[in-house]
Amino acid sequence: MIEVNNLHKSFGDVEVLKGISTSFDKGKTNLIIGQSGSGKTVFLKCLLGLFEYEEGTISYDGKIFSQLTEDEKRNIRAEIGMVFQGSALFDSMTIAENVMFPLQMFTKQSKSEMEDRVDFVLKRVNLPEAHNKMPSEASGGMQKRVAIARAIVNNPKYLFCDEPNSGLDPKTAIVIDNLIQEITDEYQITTVINSHDMNSVMEIGEKIVFLRHGLKAWEGSNKTIFKTDNEVVTDFVYSSNLFKKVRKMYIEENE
Amino acid sequence: MKQLILKDIDDLIIGSLGIVAFISFFVGGVVTIQTALNIDNPLIPKYLVGFATRQSIILEFAPTFMSIIMAGKVGSFITSSIGTMRVTEQIDALEVMGINSLNYLVFPKFISMMLYPFVISIAMFLGILGGMAACVYGGFSTLEDYIVGIQNDFETFHVVYAFIKTFVFAFVLATIPSFHGFYMKGGALEVGKASTTSFVWTSVVIIILNYFLTQMLLS
Ligand SMILES: Nc1ncnc2c1ncn2[C@@H]1O[C@H](COP(=O)(O)OP(=O)(O)O)[C@@H](O)[C@H]1O
Ligand SMILES: [Mg+2]
Repeated sequence: MIEVNNLHKSFGDVEVLKGISTSFDKGKTNLIIGQSGSGKTVFLKCLLGLFEYEEGTISYDGKIFSQLTEDEKRNIRAEIGMVFQGSALFDSMTIAENVMFPLQMFTKQSKSEMEDRVDFVLKRVNLPEAHNKMPSEASGGMQKRVAIARAIVNNPKYLFCDEPNSGLDPKTAIVIDNLIQEITDEYQITTVINSHDMNSVMEIGEKIVFLRHGLKAWEGSNKTIFKTDNEVVTDFVYSSNLFKKVRKMYIEENE
Repeated sequence: MKQLILKDIDDLIIGSLGIVAFISFFVGGVVTIQTALNIDNPLIPKYLVGFATRQSIILEFAPTFMSIIMAGKVGSFITSSIGTMRVTEQIDALEVMGINSLNYLVFPKFISMMLYPFVISIAMFLGILGGMAACVYGGFSTLEDYIVGIQNDFETFHVVYAFIKTFVFAFVLATIPSFHGFYMKGGALEVGKASTTSFVWTSVVIIILNYFLTQMLLS
């Protein structure tokens, strides 16, 4: 479980996160949603330890990150997997080398142990034969799977995904969402996913945090998001015509 | 790390040899022709053509002007490859794994550029060879005269001076483009702009350092 308390983050004079408190549960897919520019990526990068923040605390299973020693921070980093928005595969390495990289950095396993683990996770993401391809030879969907494989290869306790299905066709997007949810459940990972995609919200929104202008505007789940009368949330949810129609039908049916 | 260094040697050093060989050989030839055509006083000995070619190639053409060309080739390669890693979040991915990404990316480039003097030696050798070919082929002087000329009045310190410059320029070529790539912001378009800016700054710094090093070492 990850707990965030009163998180503030600015770039120069611009305050991007204005005091966010929330928590993300273990074994669940926790979604951060909101419009582009609402601060989702910045929030995630604070969770990852990539950005320093001025105020507030983030704790990983009770350990407050900013109060840890360098060694303890490194241990937490070893337990974090990250899927970047554009996959961020190292383009000078093969797919298998990409996936093996965190093992080389964080473990002292033998070459054959690492190779076995790489085989295992590549099978897990349904890419049993992609080892020797270069990332540039893989489709967007495949690259996302490799990025997921790289993120989970070292058995992370925490998995972060920045818009994991942006740039993918709707069908592949759902496959990727489901893959992340299955893995989260299977290995009881605390997973935090940035998204602005209503499909993801409905499919995997076990917990949802809604960001707006750097503040938490609402919190709930895919069960409650369609019932809320919080205006900014309904504004976001029903910005798509499809959902407007679904809502209208739903209301008509219930009258 | 070893792999990274080998890859950078391949990209930065081996990959530059072709263009360096081509340019040096032909520019060496042109320097010789220009010199020969400008010496029309019959009292000046023919071997001076070889002498003048050697001096301009070893002192300036190979170390300085080759480095400006390398600022375009190697420099923009470094900026765009590191810049692409920045905009595609590959650098963030390294940081998440607790890797000091600046070190990880710049150090191997720095080490491979230690082989840069080797490139410049080739430029010197082929420049002088190109001069010889042009001289004999164009009938400006005999092969013997040219060879006497390139051995005439040889000062070891000139070569030392040239290689001191080369080492300094190697350092400039590895670092300035790396920093431009590493600290860039934006997207693919900005990668292109960063490469151009990095080329301009790298050349300016090389030219200015060339002036001060020459002033310091030769006068
Ligand atoms: N490195 C940075 N420097 C300055 N401003 C930034 C930086 N990263 C993000 N921002 C600003 O923070 C705001 C939120 O951005 P971001 O978190 O990327 O939004 P989202 O991911 O929700 O689309 C934007 O206004 C953006 O311009
Ligand atoms: Mg974003």
